[in-house]
Amino acid sequence: MVRTSSRTTERIDVRKTYKLYVGGSFPRSESGRSYAVTDARGRFWANASHASRKDARDAVTAARSAFGGWSARPAYNRGQVVYRIAEVLEDRRDQFEAELRAAEGATAAKARAQVDASVDRLVWYAGWADKLAQVTGGANPVAGPYFNHTAPEPSGVVAVVAPTSPLLGLVSVVAPVIVTGNTAVVIASEPYPLTSITLAEVMATSDVPGGVVNVLTGPQAEIAPWLASHMDVNGIDLTGVGDVELGRNLEIEAAENLKRVRRPGVEDLLATPALDRMTTFQEHKTVWHPMGL
Amino acid sequence: MANDPFDYAPAPESRSVVDIKSSYGLFINGEFVAGGGKSFKTISPSTEEVLSEVAEADADDVDKAVKAARRAYSRVWSRMSGAERGKYLFRIARIIQERAREIAVLESIDNGKPIKESRDVDIPTAAAHFFYYAGWADKLEHAGFGPDPQSLGVAGQVIPWNFPFLMLAWKIAPALATGNTVVLKPAETTPLTALLFAEICQQADLPPGVVNIVTGAGTTGQALVSHEDVDKVAFTGSTAVGRAIARAVAGSRKKVTLELGGKAANIVFDDAPIDQAIEGIVTGIFFNQGHVCCAGSRLLVQESVAEEVLERLKRRMGTLRVGDPLDKNTDVGAINSDRQLQRIRELADVGEAEGAGRWSPTCDLPDHGFWFPPTIFTGVSQAHRIAREEIFGPVLSVLTFRTPKEAVEKANNTPYGLSAGIWSDKGSRTLWMAGQLRAGVVWSNTFNKFDPASPFGGYKESGYGREGGRHGLEGYLKGGQ
Repeated sequence: MVRTSSRTTERIDVRKTYKLYVGGSFPRSESGRSYAVTDARGRFWANASHASRKDARDAVTAARSAFGGWSARPAYNRGQVVYRIAEVLEDRRDQFEAELRAAEGATAAKARAQVDASVDRLVWYAGWADKLAQVTGGANPVAGPYFNHTAPEPSGVVAVVAPTSPLLGLVSVVAPVIVTGNTAVVIASEPYPLTSITLAEVMATSDVPGGVVNVLTGPQAEIAPWLASHMDVNGIDLTGVGDVELGRNLEIEAAENLKRVRRPGVEDLLATPALDRMTTFQEHKTVWHPMGL
Repeated sequence: MANDPFDYAPAPESRSVVDIKSSYGLFINGEFVAGGGKSFKTISPSTEEVLSEVAEADADDVDKAVKAARRAYSRVWSRMSGAERGKYLFRIARIIQERAREIAVLESIDNGKPIKESRDVDIPTAAAHFFYYAGWADKLEHAGFGPDPQSLGVAGQVIPWNFPFLMLAWKIAPALATGNTVVLKPAETTPLTALLFAEICQQADLPPGVVNIVTGAGTTGQALVSHEDVDKVAFTGSTAVGRAIARAVAGSRKKVTLELGGKAANIVFDDAPIDQAIEGIVTGIFFNQGHVCCAGSRLLVQESVAEEVLERLKRRMGTLRVGDPLDKNTDVGAINSDRQLQRIRELADVGEAEGAGRWSPTCDLPDHGFWFPPTIFTGVSQAHRIAREEIFGPVLSVLTFRTPKEAVEKANNTPYGLSAGIWSDKGSRTLWMAGQLRAGVVWSNTFNKFDPASPFGGYKESGYGREGGRHGLEGYLKGGQ
């Protein structure tokens, strides 16, 4: 919640504690660490959790546990869950607009545009759930008596370094990863982590199964290497990595188990996306069946 | 035994169709040039006869080749219409078909694979691959990668020794169709058919520099993939080298596709058509001497039929003919190199030392050359090295299972994920299994089938990207990654 000035009100605010989002719960960092987050005017807002290596590993465990069930759901169902996130986000839009204005100092119009785009982005990706396989898969006309068919499948557990923009940025990188059946461990925007945790509350109340999305807050340079080198992570999206050297090192770490890597860099988040945020973390499986009497 | 129905008279294919020069240079900018580095010998693995001396490209040579490819890209190839590019590829496909016999014989001599494989699989499939991608060159805007797909530039491609000419086709055809130019490094032990392909490019009047062939070993490959003017790296080979390449390109703009190792499960259920399954097991592991990244090297057989399957498999293995690659009756040829033979021997010895039961049919192996008999190991556990590591030879590890779920668990219990096989007469079961297996290619009641229209590539540590089909275009176009 955005803090209102307590001096002008008669009662004292009940502040919200911003914690991590792991396995469907909101735990504090096991390390007991936090870092102070200020608003756009430099005033103290809240202490965000400073996630540790152990938190990152717990989040991967949660994401792996959730992967089997999530990836096995019908695409139609995954689409409805992502659509539900959009519904709940729309419902809480005033809170997000207020948070964006407080956090980034955004104008009312700009904050509204960010929330609009975030809701619309979720709706856009929700619709892809049961269509992408028809676009990227299909029957292959091989020269022989075989039915040969290619279909996409999720890569598995994907680590995501989210861009600075805490709402539209996070939505734009997480929705394409999960809608295809992956589960995600996300390092939220380092300067604006609080709105991402509020978004986690939206996901927690949108029928997203626990562990499908896990959100860590804290310094990306400290947390990302644990995910890049984790042997049970199948892909890593480096979109939000700002430091060139860090990006290179993460890609080197990711090579150990040949993770699928999306290199650093943020596109125009207000433009309609391409398919590549989904297809980077998809595998294509080709199955041969003989035909005959 | 004179009355043995499988006692065949020798039927060697004639070598007269090939003309191997005593030495070869590098193919750069449309012509053969001397390399600045040393040279190396390529030998016939079935006889150890020295076939030719081949230039070993050093970093300067690689730089010249990349520069030639860059010039050809910016001045000619990227400006040419897709339709015209396609016509060059069609020409190449036709010349491969015309010279198929010559290429097949040369491949079997340099690689050691049976002539019936190079003649019936490698070379026709390579021609088909060029023919397939030729047709894509002027249709890329319909391929589903956006309305105006763009080429990347210069592709550095490194290929293995197990299917030298076919892997060349898998790399070069989609690269050229999408408008890229190429510097390709064939494997150290099998350079000759790539050099013959250079002649084919000349016969096709392909513009100079569009395809460049640099021969050499690991250091040549390293120089190529780490060259800063290379936009795309395509590699087929071991997971260890693939990992090194992924590290080498980190932080660069290079787009990468990696087709790496495998340890495929070939799963036989109790309701499988056993005769077909036996043929599938044999094809799965003994095709191309087991030098196949997608080989079915782990046989998972349901306990209730394990005894019968093993007995019939052994009987069938007894009829495999191991020997002269140029003999038209040969089923299993020579191991590609002394080094690979040592690796297979070492892992087979480890299999015995770890307690698995080793069996091979009686077979007379030639006195010269590199040979390893078709071999199976029974009583293999999942922890055994022969159940975990890629042997890349004619060695099958046999494990058993009771339930479909156990089969899935065991099949997926590997860092690899390239391929898998399922044998069952129950349609719903094969489809369910195909969905459960974490592998890029699943053969259901068949094995080791390849087609240019069929995407190929792995999950997990078997690499990323797909070769073949519409999917094979993506690795050579901008976007993604």
